[in-house]
Amino acid sequence: MDASIRSTCTQVRRDIINMTADAGCGHPGGSLSIVEALVALYFDVMNIDPQNPKAENRDRFVLSKGHAAPALYAVLGERGFFSTEEFKQFRQLDSILQGHPDMKRCPGVDASTGSLGQGISIATGMALGAKAQGKSFNVYTMIGDGESQEGLVWEACMAAAHYKLDNLTILFDHNGLQIDGSNDEVMSLGDVSAKFAAFGLDVVEVADGNDYDQVLAALKQPHKPGMPKLIHLHTTKGKGVSFMENDAGWHGKAPNAEQREKALKELEV
Amino acid sequence: MEKKATRVAYGEYMAKLGETNDKLVVLDADLAGATMTQYFKKAHPDRFFDCGIAEANMVDLAAGMSTTGLIPFCSTFAVFASRCLDQIRNTVCYPKMNVKFAFTHAGITLGEDGGSHQALEDIAIMRALPNMTVFVPCDANETERCIDAAMAINGPVYIRLARLPSPIFEMDMPFIPGKVNVLREGKDEVLLCSGVMVSECMAAAELLAAQGKDVCVVNCHTIKPFDVEGVQALAKAHGHIYTVEEHNVIGGLGDAAAAALVNMDGVKLTKLGMQDVFGESGKPADLLRKYKLDAQGIADTVLGK
Repeated sequence: MDASIRSTCTQVRRDIINMTADAGCGHPGGSLSIVEALVALYFDVMNIDPQNPKAENRDRFVLSKGHAAPALYAVLGERGFFSTEEFKQFRQLDSILQGHPDMKRCPGVDASTGSLGQGISIATGMALGAKAQGKSFNVYTMIGDGESQEGLVWEACMAAAHYKLDNLTILFDHNGLQIDGSNDEVMSLGDVSAKFAAFGLDVVEVADGNDYDQVLAALKQPHKPGMPKLIHLHTTKGKGVSFMENDAGWHGKAPNAEQREKALKELEV
Repeated sequence: MEKKATRVAYGEYMAKLGETNDKLVVLDADLAGATMTQYFKKAHPDRFFDCGIAEANMVDLAAGMSTTGLIPFCSTFAVFASRCLDQIRNTVCYPKMNVKFAFTHAGITLGEDGGSHQALEDIAIMRALPNMTVFVPCDANETERCIDAAMAINGPVYIRLARLPSPIFEMDMPFIPGKVNVLREGKDEVLLCSGVMVSECMAAAELLAAQGKDVCVVNCHTIKPFDVEGVQALAKAHGHIYTVEEHNVIGGLGDAAAAALVNMDGVKLTKLGMQDVFGESGKPADLLRKYKLDAQGIADTVLGK
């Protein structure tokens, strides 16, 4: 990972802290766990143009775990889809940065999400639409581990395999925590990689989903012909902020002024 | 009168439209033989997508496909509208995606499958969603006009279709989306109706005429946006409107009319339909008779019997 990407990831984390602290609400924990994946997608992998966010043949990204909107907004802003000045308006009246991503308001957002399980299904539909029309763009989506308790996630996986969508990449953010506690306390996912594989996905393991180079290598690994790819990212919830790491309490709670200062100190660019 | 179910008209017309519009795609959830999307499937196999018995996924797949420039029609039984409501609400209506829903087997005229499968709340659900348009065609021809209208709208549309073959009206029926259509002039009460109930109301009007009552029959094919002005004018002219629907009287045509009339003095509204009860198994004609939604039952109600 070069120095500029490293500083981009750190800047995105600072943005997440600032956005949620300014709003006084939002979801920092699960935003911080997906920073490397989103930066890799928008800075190294996807065919996109911030000046032309609706380009017909652009690659698409759907944030299925829509509550991690601060991470998506931070990456889109840093990539130039809109001014980073907008960050201050996160969750405020008339803002393009709604509490959950809104494709009608925010440039660069490819699907409105927030109701869990739906984004992966929308992304599957996008990939199917591309195939049906002989279009060559790729579709990426990020799902959460808690989100995968939704039956719709598995309906989408079944359809993606059935329609042989090798233009679809599903990123699975496995940070192990959800609102009410650990996945295992709330509803065990079991051998989740084996489950995704059994549904017909090509599962690629990433031992450290917060290691940029590991994530990028997995994204760049070609699809097996006729198979959708699932990248199993083993991540840390709250990554980069010591007191937020591995604490389910930071799923949907904003830092106060003191906590913001402490977090930003740990995130010097 | 020739009869054809609106679901059959839908299936046939979609296959025809597919010949000239290569953006049209149809999704179904393992019911192509019942919703009649089988005609499209046969004619355009590359643009038909079976989603398996997974209605929620079907809706979101359609939404995703619509963002790539396609025009998806989703079909399943109307009773499953509630099953994929979250997807219709959040993924389709919230961002106003261009996805159409043509759900069949609505109402008690589904018949023998019984109460578990007779959708009586689908209109209530759909009309409560911002950005949604709701059509309930009364016959095969009107089904085609509703599909044309749906194609002209860049956003979600719900078309409620029936299993039961119903008469194809031979009269000239101009179709203007969002406007009620007077099928039979009359100086007494108004029967404001939609879907399968339209032919029953026309027959009821004949029974009533024999009793000296001259009712006006008005077809309300567009439940949303509702023709507030048109219905207010009817109320002003006739004083008493009976709404007749194959749906719960809560949330459907009757309540749409009630909302239109609420601030008017001296007008009366009576809501015929399913009186907040579920349906049951039986032959469609027997069910209509039991729930007083056949011509005789409607006429009796108007006569105060």
